[in-house]
Amino acid sequence: MANILYAGTEYAVSAGASVLETLEEAGHEIPNACRNGVCQSCLMRARSGHVPSAAQTGLKDTLKAQGYFLACQCRPDDDLDVALAGDDVLGETPVQLVGVDMLNPSVMRIRLAPEDGFSYRRGQFINLVRVDGLRRSYSLAGCDDAGSDILELHVRHLPGGEMSDWLRSQAALGEAMRIQGPHGSCFYVPGKPEQPMLLIGTGTGLAPLHGIVCDALASGHTGPVHLYHGARSKTDLYLVDELRALAERFPNLEYRPCVLEGDAGGTCTVGKVDDIGFGSHPDLKGWRSYFCGAPELVNRMRKRAYLAGAALSDIYADAFLPAGGGIA
Amino acid sequence: MSSLYEQLGGDKAVDAAVDIFYRKVLADDRVNGFFDDTDMERQAAKQKAFLTMAFGGPHNYSGRDMREGHKRLVERGLDDSHVDTIIELLGESLRELNVPDELIAQVAAIAESTRNDVLNR
Repeated sequence: MANILYAGTEYAVSAGASVLETLEEAGHEIPNACRNGVCQSCLMRARSGHVPSAAQTGLKDTLKAQGYFLACQCRPDDDLDVALAGDDVLGETPVQLVGVDMLNPSVMRIRLAPEDGFSYRRGQFINLVRVDGLRRSYSLAGCDDAGSDILELHVRHLPGGEMSDWLRSQAALGEAMRIQGPHGSCFYVPGKPEQPMLLIGTGTGLAPLHGIVCDALASGHTGPVHLYHGARSKTDLYLVDELRALAERFPNLEYRPCVLEGDAGGTCTVGKVDDIGFGSHPDLKGWRSYFCGAPELVNRMRKRAYLAGAALSDIYADAFLPAGGGIA
Repeated sequence: MSSLYEQLGGDKAVDAAVDIFYRKVLADDRVNGFFDDTDMERQAAKQKAFLTMAFGGPHNYSGRDMREGHKRLVERGLDDSHVDTIIELLGESLRELNVPDELIAQVAAIAESTRNDVLNR
């Protein structure tokens, strides 16, 4: 007989009962509607323990990988530590600030050394917490093959931005901070190495996309990978040389930097990055796509990809909400 | 004699129908404003649950669920014309899947039976 741990209390699950039934019987209100494994209202997450696959039917692969499940369908054999999908259940890890350098006039590369191991998948994001509690969300970036423990973030310096201002001019190397997470379902799951991939991002949306591209290539992805990075002008682009070099190394990677304004001099495409990306690949049936950056644009791109024939399960997105650490 | 749900093809048929139906809904300016939800997948899951019900399939929805589920939308202006459009798009989707007319009529009738609950009347 399995036990579930929920909100600090352990409950025994009777034979044949679901997690939903067990918690309701104990007096908890768990969101639900169809009670049939379809509507996903009862989505929960198992922090530990093995979730039966029947309880994950219909969920996106990235959610399965993180232990999400449907409470109405979950009849566990294993003990599970569970929480509602919306609840922040991840702890904090102490880190040290070990590097701040500029990737372009406004984007900083922040390097953090976690005190203990910190596992994550490239493309996820963390909440960076200062010692006084100020917190902001940033995507985990980096393409380090060597598997170093150093975490990398790309942070845009917003004039007057509390966290970014402080990181740029006042934070000292060795500064003690914390990170909370990892969050997000915008990462690469191997299994379909020949699937064509479309990745479109604006500004620091490049951070998660760069990591995802690296993960894909490192795992032997052979299908075409099309990465489009959009910025206002050439000075707002970054990692251009690194990405060009990566595209040289991997013939199936195409990298296209796009700018809204300025005379690109032939090295970049001028125009809106989403129009350029979708224009070049109008039929996305069978494709996997990733969209990261400004929220309205990301939501438009998700819809556009779906209407272009992509399956919902193959669309991954992370909308960067401004200050306040919002989670997409 | 098999049920409507079985005649339509069960869960697989629902999946195929959601694929077509949800795209039509998102592309139709008469109703897509009500689907501004940022979480497209959760929205698609709700569509699947709705179609399962409309196909005569297993579900646990009550009239009260439909009322509460659409209450906010009614406050935003959801009316008969929108329900008409949804039923129209549902019919179109099933025609694209070559579902015979008399089965489409049965599905439309089930969807129609939720009208007053959906509109919180």
